[in-house]
Amino acid sequence: MNTEAIKDLLYKMADDLLILGHRNSEWTGMGPLLEEDISFSSMAQDKVGQSYVLYQMLHDLGEQEPDTVAFTRNADQFHNCQMVELPNGEYDFSLIRHFFYDNAEILRFQALTTSTFEPLAKAVVKFRGEVRYHVLHANTFIKQLGSSTDEAISKLQASIDILFPYALGMFEKSKFEKELIADGIFTGEESLIEPWIEAIQKVIDQTSLRLPDYKTITPVYGGRYGTHTEDLQPLVEEMSAVFRVDPTADW
Amino acid sequence: MKLTEQELLAWLEEVKDPEIPVLSLVDLGVITKIDIEDNGKVSVVMTPTFSGCPAMDMMKQEVEESLARKGIQEFEVKINFDEPWNSNKISEKGRKALKEFGLAPPPTDTLIVDLDILEHVACPFCDSENTLMKSPFGPTLCRSLHYCNNCKQGFEQFKPVNQ
Repeated sequence: MNTEAIKDLLYKMADDLLILGHRNSEWTGMGPLLEEDISFSSMAQDKVGQSYVLYQMLHDLGEQEPDTVAFTRNADQFHNCQMVELPNGEYDFSLIRHFFYDNAEILRFQALTTSTFEPLAKAVVKFRGEVRYHVLHANTFIKQLGSSTDEAISKLQASIDILFPYALGMFEKSKFEKELIADGIFTGEESLIEPWIEAIQKVIDQTSLRLPDYKTITPVYGGRYGTHTEDLQPLVEEMSAVFRVDPTADW
Repeated sequence: MKLTEQELLAWLEEVKDPEIPVLSLVDLGVITKIDIEDNGKVSVVMTPTFSGCPAMDMMKQEVEESLARKGIQEFEVKINFDEPWNSNKISEKGRKALKEFGLAPPPTDTLIVDLDILEHVACPFCDSENTLMKSPFGPTLCRSLHYCNNCKQGFEQFKPVNQ
């Protein structure tokens, strides 16, 4: 099996989860209402926990310890898509990102349950059960707020229009795409796009919101290859500040 | 005489979930495999309820301490996803302990396709189903928040999790 290809797949998934997990955690103590504060904090914990499992898997394949990988790299060494690193903005922005991301992530986990790379196939069965709550949470709020007041609808629509090109960047192909598909490790990014559009369209159709035609939109690529917005480096520095004070500390 | 798996499980009853001290790890269903070799070496496999469960390392350590206390010379406790946890793994005894603790046990064999299935959870205090889900996320990853319209009390449920 092509270890380099597997590592590339694990890195981009783990980095997406860690960075979005960190952004979600920034809502702790800041949520618009207590339940949402708890929801974003819980989703943060799930995502960082899942990233840890994947970093541990990478460690088993010869990479450094999970903490070292998570806290000592610079922004240009991260493989996350750019969407997850964007600052939280207002609640509508975080909610739309959460809706786009988790509806894609559950399909990715689903596709990987039959992966020939067994450790991953087993872990995603667990992840899928967890992320189901994230998807239900996002869909419930989009349905309710997307058909509520004019202000809510126009705010959500503005966030959809900004985030949609970034969301398509989630599906940027890996340089190992062919190998991953040929070896049965992953069905490939392209296999996720149509089912993702279908899933989110189904929810959007129950609201006053509109989804752009994805075929007319240029995706924001680069994240998978280390090209990031200026927002990632400050995030990484804040996330690793405590670790960097004393990397040998035992917690 | 050779130690049996049953005896070992009975010993491990003493190790409780640190966040729900009435529930043993055995009843929680996170001990997924036990091997006892002819030379007496014991291997225990555990699996987390949630990938991000912060209590996992502590639970593993407590299992190790329990084995050491029982005089097991050689043992290994591993965490993996070979047999991933879901909420149907909680034993009948465990479900009862949860309810007595004031946590509604998860519905069994329910496929979570919509948040609606989390509505109308039976209140652990008065058994009324006239309840409301306030949030699918609670104070720990494995709990959701509810309110009972009948006895006017907030309560938590141990969340159903499918695979």
